[in-house]
Amino acid sequence: MANSEVLIQAKQLVKRYGDFTAVNGIDFQVRKGESFGFLGPNGAGKSTTMRIIAATLTRTSGEITILGKDPEKFGPEIKAHLGVVPQMDNLDNALTVEENLYIYGRYFGLSKSFIRPKIEELLDFAQLVEKRGVKVEALSGGMKRRLTIARALVSEPEILMLDEPTTGLDPQARHILWDRLFRLKEQGVTLLITTHYMDEAEQLCDRLMVMDKGSIMAEDSPAGLIKTHSTKEVLEVRFGSDRNAVVAPELRELCDRIEVLPDRILMYADDGEELLHQLNQKGLHPLTSLVRRSSLEDVFLRLTGRTLID
Amino acid sequence: MAPRQGSLKLVNTERIKSRGAFAVVEARVMIFMKYLPALLSVAVANPFLYLLAVGVGVGKLINAHSGGVDGVKYLTFLAPALLATAAIQNALDEVVFPTLEGFKWNKNFFAMNATPISAKQIANGVLIAAMTRVLFSVTVYGTIIFLFGGFTTARGWLAIPTALAAAAAFGAFIMGIAAWTTNDDQFFMVLNRFIIMPLFLFSGTFYQLSSMPIYLRWVGWLSPLWHCTELGRYLTYGHHISAYMFAFHIVYIIAMFTFGMNFAHRQFTKRLSR
Repeated sequence: MANSEVLIQAKQLVKRYGDFTAVNGIDFQVRKGESFGFLGPNGAGKSTTMRIIAATLTRTSGEITILGKDPEKFGPEIKAHLGVVPQMDNLDNALTVEENLYIYGRYFGLSKSFIRPKIEELLDFAQLVEKRGVKVEALSGGMKRRLTIARALVSEPEILMLDEPTTGLDPQARHILWDRLFRLKEQGVTLLITTHYMDEAEQLCDRLMVMDKGSIMAEDSPAGLIKTHSTKEVLEVRFGSDRNAVVAPELRELCDRIEVLPDRILMYADDGEELLHQLNQKGLHPLTSLVRRSSLEDVFLRLTGRTLID
Repeated sequence: MAPRQGSLKLVNTERIKSRGAFAVVEARVMIFMKYLPALLSVAVANPFLYLLAVGVGVGKLINAHSGGVDGVKYLTFLAPALLATAAIQNALDEVVFPTLEGFKWNKNFFAMNATPISAKQIANGVLIAAMTRVLFSVTVYGTIIFLFGGFTTARGWLAIPTALAAAAAFGAFIMGIAAWTTNDDQFFMVLNRFIIMPLFLFSGTFYQLSSMPIYLRWVGWLSPLWHCTELGRYLTYGHHISAYMFAFHIVYIIAMFTFGMNFAHRQFTKRLSR
């Protein structure tokens, strides 16, 4: 994959709205077949970057090419090869599931003879065969999301762009959606995903760009990010809301890095059980304790000093 | 099996650049078909009731009293204005609702804009679809006027193109305003009370503009309804207008349409790239 064709290339990309800088001079590259993620909290500049790539928003400065073309000069040519799944579903509520797929294909100028069999394939992929004749407004959130993804695939796009694909969905609906997206990834579809869910980023992305306040904080594979910016394990301890801050200085002596959150303290170590043992020996007995593997949340906390979901 | 991707030759961008607006029209027509029975009954019932009350009822009174207006039967005098009014009303329904829906309620214009279809093509598509419905309604209306004996000669049908012109000019302009507005509640209130109603009442619809006090005539001068009605009356029964005014009516309608479309294009482009 490292040697495959570069589909998106950005250099010093900037987007400003008046005094506010949404995207602050970022560089990145996306290669064919890659599943690339923008991870960051709300307002990090992820969606703005996505919209610049999708040729629906002009940049303030910097350079960007998608499939070798500048989106400001070749909007329609670029859009012809993108499948866009926006943050908010914008399906046509007056039309049925099937009609939504049909008309979207028509927007790409596709022939009826191409679209008809394509609809069958997409309904099957989105597990919506039985809902084909149902009006969109009657669908559940998860179904609408799957339909929006299916719709984005009608033109067999070169790049599938998903902006916060599972935000607002219940856990079951999220897992169904992840399964569908994972299938696409397995097929080698180039995916571009923005998310503020670390589990989503870990499951779906080969490579991640961690963003905060319009800038890139780090870029690597999920495992690489964890390895570079965190320890192998994390010990989470709770001493009660009032006591957490009081015991923190003592805990700091036991390991290189601790994070004091409002409800708990995170202690970073390669062996969490061993650390807990040391804690107990010192006479510190937390109300609850949990040893877990480091996650992207820990990486984000390290890089920005904040949690992903406030 | 997961869907294929990356069929670079699948989408013909040149074709979309020239015909993209018609995909938008197709989407609108699919929605029309959903409420076809309602559309049909409105198209027939509205003019029927209207003609019965105003054209025939009031007309009888006027014809008996002064032998018609402008040298013709009251219904003949009224026909071009009624057709243009109905055309404008239909055009407004079909540009205002889809535009507010597309930008605000449903946001489906943003979905269209993620495809190779441009903002201008979306605006063009909405107007073409609206004009398709206008053509349908006005033809039905014209047929009913004909059945009521409103067209004294075959020239009466020429009121249909003048009605379409009024709808296109006003529709384009209002589509731009609908794209510009972000407050849709007030928009409807202002549009209906301060634009549509005065336009309908003071554009020489029921009597000639010249019979109105001078300080109200400006409403007609600004209104595409008056310009098209004058042209319609000239074409259908030979209502007297000077060559200069004839040219002015045409230029005014073309100018309003051109300005309206430009304004709509700008608003659509701006709103979709915000």
